[in-house]
Amino acid sequence: MKALDQFRETMRRDRVFDFMASTGTHPVHAGEIDTSHGPILYVENINVSFDGFKALNDLTLYIDDGELRCIIGPNGAGKTTMMDVITGKTRPDSGTAYFGQTMDLTCMTEYEIASSGIGRKFQKPTIFPEHSVFENLELAMNMDKGVWASLQFKLTGEQKTRIEEVMQTINLLQQRNTAAGLLSHGQKQWLEIGMLLTQDPRLLLVDEPVAGMTHQEIEHTAELLTGLAGKHSVVVVEHDMDFIRSIAKKVTVLHEGHVLAEGDMDTIQNDPRVIEVYLGE
Amino acid sequence: MSVTHDLIQLIQGDRAGKYLLSSLLAVAILVPVLNLLVAESSAFHVSTYVVTLLGKYLCYALLAIALDLVWGYGGILSLGHGVFFALGGYAMGMYLMRQIGDRGVYGNPELPDFMVFLNWQELPWYWSGFDQFWIAALMIVLVPGLLAFIFGWLAFRSRVTGVYLSIITQALTFAFMLAFFRNEMGFGGNNGLTDFKDILGFELQHGGTRNALFALSALALAVGYVVCRYIVNSKFGRVVVAIRDAEDRTRFIGYKVESYKLWLFVVSAIMAGIAGSLYVPQVGIINPGEFSPLNSIELVVWVAVGGRGTLYGAIVGAILVNFAKTFFTGALPEVWLFALGGLFIVVTLFLPQGLVGLYQQTREKYLAGRPA
Repeated sequence: MKALDQFRETMRRDRVFDFMASTGTHPVHAGEIDTSHGPILYVENINVSFDGFKALNDLTLYIDDGELRCIIGPNGAGKTTMMDVITGKTRPDSGTAYFGQTMDLTCMTEYEIASSGIGRKFQKPTIFPEHSVFENLELAMNMDKGVWASLQFKLTGEQKTRIEEVMQTINLLQQRNTAAGLLSHGQKQWLEIGMLLTQDPRLLLVDEPVAGMTHQEIEHTAELLTGLAGKHSVVVVEHDMDFIRSIAKKVTVLHEGHVLAEGDMDTIQNDPRVIEVYLGE
Repeated sequence: MSVTHDLIQLIQGDRAGKYLLSSLLAVAILVPVLNLLVAESSAFHVSTYVVTLLGKYLCYALLAIALDLVWGYGGILSLGHGVFFALGGYAMGMYLMRQIGDRGVYGNPELPDFMVFLNWQELPWYWSGFDQFWIAALMIVLVPGLLAFIFGWLAFRSRVTGVYLSIITQALTFAFMLAFFRNEMGFGGNNGLTDFKDILGFELQHGGTRNALFALSALALAVGYVVCRYIVNSKFGRVVVAIRDAEDRTRFIGYKVESYKLWLFVVSAIMAGIAGSLYVPQVGIINPGEFSPLNSIELVVWVAVGGRGTLYGAIVGAILVNFAKTFFTGALPEVWLFALGGLFIVVTLFLPQGLVGLYQQTREKYLAGRPA
């Protein structure tokens, strides 16, 4: 057993040559994420350009299983594009992105990526406006999402309890049957976080979760996200520095599509390069 | 057992559906009774002409809910849904053609008249088997369903949406119209298929057959409604509406959007095909004009007028607009197309939710205004 662990340690994707790491797709089975080497997400040498503009420039980033990582960076640093690459919305020009050891995200479609266990909260809250709060949470819920399964679907008591729990957590129990389109901006943010909770992914990508929230709500969100880390891996992109300071253990600074600095909040704040491009402004 | 239970629950929870199904049942019984049992001199007598006309409306209503399923719920605006209706109609027409046998003008027991006229010596391969009703019935479901599957698979997989999809559906039905106009296709060219004599051994001109076809159309509409209601009330239906409102978001929570759209489209096409197959024996003819893009656009107007995304709205719209059409084309034929165009503009500008939406708003206002 020790030898195997030793071998795995030696063969970590971020430590070996390309040809030594396994490539190609792996059949998608939710929950079968091989994180035996530590990281759950490997983003390596990703390049994306839009009409000559380099949105991501040789971006390399690893997220450990169970960690809570904050990503900051000035506008146009490539934060959202990075999430687009990971969730399959944008295909990189070059580079690789692996979920666990085996799943090549650059070859998977959006729904395959989502059902293999990556959930995303968008910058602009996108919920289903005509559906009630309950239905929004039900749609996101982790289950067989095939056509036939949906046609025959009946909500179990367990699932119902789970949705009610989540509604309690996100403080929308009163709005259970309200059409989501009628919620306030802050409530929509909450609902989207709630959808992440029922979706129950292994890796959560959270884009600006506290925009438009009150001070109290921000604290609540911070608690929620730190509580999720451990069992889940969480990547948070945020501009609100107080919020970052309150949750961050490890912070990555992106600048011009590239990782500028990585470390704990204090190191980052004292890094002269970071101060120059971001904090000093 | 559990299916019956589910269905009963489904209908009990649907107030408008209960009204609709009971009025369909009433009409399906009452109209034939008034036609067959009430003396012609009586004021209550319903003429056979009216029975056929109403039967036609019911087929249109079935076609309209098929479109409402994809447009109102799925957000897929098909401007070529007439293609599935016409294909179902042609499949039925081919069966009816083969039933004529040697009673045609040329008396050829094997070949339909138009083939004899074109000097064809034998039946094309795709006509074989159509003398059997069950094969024709299978084709009524299979041909529109398969076309929708192939078309939808290509279109949805390539993520063709919105106005682009509408345009290619329009092109699809137009292409079929041009193809079916050609004599070489073997579907009777621009005359289409007509001069039908009987269906399953019953004479088509006979009053009893006409009433049976009428009642069958009512039944088909009722079944179609219940099927659609089941679909839209299921989680499948909620996913489809989610796709309509936020397609990308639906992908990112793990739904394979293409498959959902594809199956919705196929079910809708099959329903449209069945509507066409019931329509043809009642009107007695099917020709390439049914593929005309104008027909498909009229169909969209019915659903818009009635109100989309409700199912019963589509039925109301189909029946009302066609009633108006029958009236106008009789009384003021030159006005009809202007009236139709005007109607579409009025509905788009002032009644985005259609007549059903107008009714609901008025009712809510009334209820809100009434002291509790």
